[in-house]
Amino acid sequence: MAAVMPAPAASRLLMSGNEAVARAVWEAGTKVCAGYPGTPATEMLEVLSAYPDLYTEWSVNEKVSLEVAIGASMMGSRAFCAMKHVGLNVASDALMTFTLTGAEGGLVLAVADDVGLSSSQNEQDSRFWGRFAHVPFLEPADSQEAYDMARYAFELSEEYQVPVILRLTSRICHVKGLVKVGERFAHQPKGFSKNAERWVMVPGHAKRRIPLMHARELELKRLSDRTPLNVIEPGSDRRVGFVTSGPAYMHVRESFPDAPVLKLGLSYPWPLEKVAQLAEMADTLVVVEEVEPLLETELKAAGFAVHGKDCLPRIGELAPEVIKPAVERLLRKEAAPAPESATALPPLFPRPPTLCASCPHMGIYYTLSQLKNLTISGDIGCYTLGAGHPWNSLDSTICMGASMGVALGMDKGRGEADRNKKILAVIGDSTFMHMGMQGLLDITWNRGNVTVLLLDNGTVGMTGGQNTPANGRDIRGQQAPRIDFRKLIEALGVKPERIHEVDPYQLPVLFKTVRDETKIDDVSVIITNRPCVLIEEFKPFKPYVVQEDKCTGCGNCVEVGCPAIHVTRRDRVVKPSGKEVELAFTRIDSIACTGCGLCVQPCAPEAIVHFAPAGRMIPVVPA
Amino acid sequence: MTCETTNILVCGIGGQGVMTATEILSEAAIAEGHDVKKTEVAGMSQRGGVVTSHLRFGAKVLSPQIAPGTADVLLGFEAAEALRWSHYLKPGAMALVNDARLVPPVVELGLFKYPDDPIGEMKSRGVRTVSFDAATLARDLGDLRLGNTVMLGAIADQLPFSAEVLLDCIVKRFARKGEQVVEANRKAFAAGRAAAQAAAPATA
Repeated sequence: MAAVMPAPAASRLLMSGNEAVARAVWEAGTKVCAGYPGTPATEMLEVLSAYPDLYTEWSVNEKVSLEVAIGASMMGSRAFCAMKHVGLNVASDALMTFTLTGAEGGLVLAVADDVGLSSSQNEQDSRFWGRFAHVPFLEPADSQEAYDMARYAFELSEEYQVPVILRLTSRICHVKGLVKVGERFAHQPKGFSKNAERWVMVPGHAKRRIPLMHARELELKRLSDRTPLNVIEPGSDRRVGFVTSGPAYMHVRESFPDAPVLKLGLSYPWPLEKVAQLAEMADTLVVVEEVEPLLETELKAAGFAVHGKDCLPRIGELAPEVIKPAVERLLRKEAAPAPESATALPPLFPRPPTLCASCPHMGIYYTLSQLKNLTISGDIGCYTLGAGHPWNSLDSTICMGASMGVALGMDKGRGEADRNKKILAVIGDSTFMHMGMQGLLDITWNRGNVTVLLLDNGTVGMTGGQNTPANGRDIRGQQAPRIDFRKLIEALGVKPERIHEVDPYQLPVLFKTVRDETKIDDVSVIITNRPCVLIEEFKPFKPYVVQEDKCTGCGNCVEVGCPAIHVTRRDRVVKPSGKEVELAFTRIDSIACTGCGLCVQPCAPEAIVHFAPAGRMIPVVPA
Repeated sequence: MTCETTNILVCGIGGQGVMTATEILSEAAIAEGHDVKKTEVAGMSQRGGVVTSHLRFGAKVLSPQIAPGTADVLLGFEAAEALRWSHYLKPGAMALVNDARLVPPVVELGLFKYPDDPIGEMKSRGVRTVSFDAATLARDLGDLRLGNTVMLGAIADQLPFSAEVLLDCIVKRFARKGEQVVEANRKAFAAGRAAAQAAAPATA
């Protein structure tokens, strides 16, 4: 992405939370920004990469991104990193010790929780890191606050020499609202000051830093009780008062416009004095917090009688339609949950996300679905969709890079029942470099028997097509050193003759390679080499059509799973053997079809042909 | 919900332009001086999933989310998706629906059934449903991508501001692409508007 001229100061812009944070980070004079793509956090770094005068990078994983930011902070520069909630698990090793050294240049870590699990493997509540790492948490409730708090976070970080976590959720990251923006501030880095007792965390030094960290936390606790970010909004409705933060605040205000509310902007450390003041204003206190009863538990421990998860759900977003009936029920002292809304959804088919038409992963999953006796350890990315219909070809997904270690564990842990199982691992290019490489090394070192499918589509697909070390471009799209997978995998201990590069659209070659490699008692890596259909490297071909008079209704093309294939008519026939067979006659949506030819290959009557006149065939890449 | 807030729900599937259409509606509301919030959950919608975009505008908008039963208008880019979200409408409110049927692989595989007549079901549930064929209108104008502007034309007479405000925002967005593109979008807007007006008396 090329640098753009940022909108002038004092403009009021319609910005998502992610865009607002990016603008604030730029304005704060930040010098170094790093991250790893992950929904809903991705756009922060993407937008920042378009701003002038700062360094941005996609790091190979979140831990490295935080380490890069830490290094910049040590030099006295302002630094920023952004990641999704599960990314902070990866980065936490660095965080837990950096909290001891503390920040020099302001360091802000934006973490985006996927409340409601729109595209994540869990719904963990990042707020726990505040107490665990003894660092302050800022929680904006809309785009303007995201902007304001991101700017303030750098000042807070420098004033208390502490990394500051800006906690967002999907409902902040991806909500657009009006934001009034300011100017870029010229921050001058102080320079590195050599100080082993501060920066070299050996036990003797760390021991002396721990009390400093506790003292800092006490100061932050005092700040929490006096900062205007934690504000009591008095209200005329004494029945119930709310303690809340983030997007839940907006939902509370919407649901109970006249109730007193303590809105937490600096949500850790907790402002207990302000909670005490709120308690004077209302007969009942309800803590409205998304996911875990974190604050509720703390307030109960501090002696406050509060309600929370006794009336509100512990999963998903706390939208007004959730909060309002739940709290009204509490006030009426009703125990029973509300009946389902009378206007509930009509029962309809689901529309799960699926692989795109012509996706290079589709041939892989079609092939895997045709092979028997496989146990397939999966990973995080578009290819996780291989667990869905019609392929049903992933047996596990845990976290980034886990396909490797899990596959090795399946191999080593198998009992007699699984003696003949072929163990496979499926991982994407970016995920492999994020955390998969180490797992592969573990497999080779420990002599595992796993066939690894490395699906190299040249991009981070699921998050919208970000660059990776394997496509030779940096975050701005500029040319960058390109990693050679074959050399890398060989260096990790896989024998050269066990490494294969295949075209995932050539089904017979793919089928044979997977079948042969799974029979061999050794580690194999099969690399696919076709680009994601959503990036510019992908070149579509002319679409195909089903010749109606030739289609026998065998339905083989439907099993490929392409969303461009539609069933026009179903039928049932009884074969001479007496077996009843379902038929599905099909057509191809010529607007969606890009001519990849996958469906042509299993078509029994050869009824699928190019739109006349015939276009180029896909060139065969030698395996 | 505060009475002065207008709630518009736009729904469809990933890749149809739902988020762009809502963005343009947001710009129109901003041009009219409203506070605006727009939200969607679109994590994996690029892969053919359901996508809904909520637009709320008024003097001051708090929650960005439209609660079920409170939407003033529903703009549906796909027939079954319009049915899926029709319970978000206020009683008696209007839905403007592209009658396209986009059938997902799980239905093609025979695992689920696509409703025979989603628009008819909406009507039987008491929704004032106006349906039209946006794809054909766009194709007749020479470019399927104009379908998005056809949809905006269809909703233009259901907004608390004049259709021209919305058209201005569309024109501004395409101005960079030259007069020909702008003109095509003007025609698409008019076609969508006319289609909704023509369909309204017979079906409302």
